[in-house]
Amino acid sequence: MLKVENLSASYQTIDGDVHVIKDLDFEIRENEIFGIAGESGCGKTTLLKTLYDIVEFPLVIDQGKVILSGEKNGQKFSYESGQIRKSWWNNISYVPQAAQSVLNPIVRLKKQFLDSIPDEDKKNETEEQTLARVAKYLEDLSLSPDVLESYPFQLSGGMRQRVIIALATFMSPNVVLADEPTTALDVVVQRGILMMLMRLQKQFKNTLVIVSHDMGVHYQITNRMAIMYSGSVIELGDTEEIFSDPVHPYTQMLVAALPRVGDKSQKVGIPGRPPALKNPPPGCRFAPRCPKATDRCRSEVPKFREVKPGRFAACHLLNEEVGL
Amino acid sequence: MAEKLLEIKNVSKIFRIGGMIRGKKLVAVDDVSLSIDSDKPVILSIVGESGCGKSTLCKMVLRLHQPDMGDITLLGRSYKDKKGYDPKQFRLDVQPIFQNPYESFSARKTVDSYLYNTALRLGIAKNRAEADQKVDEALKSVGMSLAVVKGKYPTQFSGGELQRVSIARALITQPKLIIADEPVAAIDASMKMNIVNLFKDLKEKYNVSFIYITHDLSTAYYVSDYIATLYRGCLIEYGPAKEIMDEPAHPYTELLMNAVPRVGDKWKEDLVMPDMEDKEFSIEYCKFAPRCPYATDECRKERPKETYLSDERKVLCYHPLNNGSK
Repeated sequence: MLKVENLSASYQTIDGDVHVIKDLDFEIRENEIFGIAGESGCGKTTLLKTLYDIVEFPLVIDQGKVILSGEKNGQKFSYESGQIRKSWWNNISYVPQAAQSVLNPIVRLKKQFLDSIPDEDKKNETEEQTLARVAKYLEDLSLSPDVLESYPFQLSGGMRQRVIIALATFMSPNVVLADEPTTALDVVVQRGILMMLMRLQKQFKNTLVIVSHDMGVHYQITNRMAIMYSGSVIELGDTEEIFSDPVHPYTQMLVAALPRVGDKSQKVGIPGRPPALKNPPPGCRFAPRCPKATDRCRSEVPKFREVKPGRFAACHLLNEEVGL
Repeated sequence: MAEKLLEIKNVSKIFRIGGMIRGKKLVAVDDVSLSIDSDKPVILSIVGESGCGKSTLCKMVLRLHQPDMGDITLLGRSYKDKKGYDPKQFRLDVQPIFQNPYESFSARKTVDSYLYNTALRLGIAKNRAEADQKVDEALKSVGMSLAVVKGKYPTQFSGGELQRVSIARALITQPKLIIADEPVAAIDASMKMNIVNLFKDLKEKYNVSFIYITHDLSTAYYVSDYIATLYRGCLIEYGPAKEIMDEPAHPYTELLMNAVPRVGDKWKEDLVMPDMEDKEFSIEYCKFAPRCPYATDECRKERPKETYLSDERKVLCYHPLNNGSK
């Protein structure tokens, strides 16, 4: 389980701090596919970096922490921000954005696999035995074991992406984070990869966190999802419910703007643009683009709270409706 | 028959990979024929996976590549007619919009300088004052204005705004044809629809046809009048957008439609992933046969011929779906 407690993080720049994520408070459960959606620059990747604990200058955590806890092979574990690094590969792993280009192009894949498997896991066996296990695992994922002998540049983008996912899940970690796992791939390959991720999650019953800006991807594979806007989570809940009954005005407009095959009716995008994170507007950050905004929205930051069972949102209008 | 705005006749493009002696041939575009009528403006979408030849085809229409076989005719003028080629007139007729707006504008130049250059160098405006007016007009038609854009650099705009400026730049010449290569691929979901709607409006208002290249099938369905599906360089299906999307005739188009992550309709069954992309380009028979669930021996012998299902609809398949023959 991943618990995000009151988390804020910022990038330190010459012109002052840029607060990229602000007061996040939610948890990602065990055995679920959790989606994080939002436009570019809303803090999705930064959130993922703090979850995976790659907090390096200029990124700093201002307050709060992330707690990774769970049970593996009968042993309970719990790590906080700053210690999560120790559990990399074993308990948590990360498929970065543009994963097609993270493999070293001039090193054979078998070497890259051997390098990433922690020493404790392979101390009682020879290199061949470890590779045999890897080959077996690749076969389970319907990848040919021949890829181990090849160099990354010999594989297509989709193949490389599948190899990376195999690498990230080989140690059956409790949590797998995937940042835009299918961007830059075309629809057929995208579908193959998403199906593979779903199969793996079912098999290991672990947590899969998927960051994507494609709402269709979230609808297809996630169980619960969070919508981010300008550094905050503005709505969180069951994926299907978010699509059928969005409560935050931003989500409502976003869902209404989705083009669908089989529907030629007129759709409108959301006017305006997301605010600059350097000096965001006071109050709700969506207020300048929101058709329902009131004076209160423009001055006071709405609180992120449970608006109905299992559904969280940050909006003043909702709070009024539910009597808060 | 009405005069064609654009006619692509049996065009092929072959690239060489590797050295002169041991190099391989890669047929990027294989015997493609397409046309756009000039009597009313249309939006033609070209869809397909990466590497299917969409961009190569459009680069040939833009004269950035020369076709190795076949010919392209624009408003009755053949591309082969080198003597009659007037680059200025060509740029007035055809304008491109590219994928990533941050890459199409230099970060060190102001955005409006591109608009002025287009207006002044192509002789649309004779002096600066006239250019001011033309540029402002074009920007207004995409919902911006010269006052907002003047003196600003690309980094001061969002992706959606910058893409609007590139559309405005293309509009200055009042072209007959705009070629948009993945214009919304780099744009966020909330802005995407604004750009796509703009195409629809401009089509009616300025009487301009669009070739819209994309792999995003849901916007293709939303915006286009006609759709052409490419697979490994072959045009495998062409026809009115609604018919193709609702009742695809080629098994590959069906596969593409099913792979779109739709909202409101979850995937059920698994699918076969392509693993042998390079080889598929050089196949002599139907290029889709190795992946096709309906392939028969006939498909593995010879390349199918174009079959017309109706006046406007053609397909490259021995066993088209959805017409009772299956």
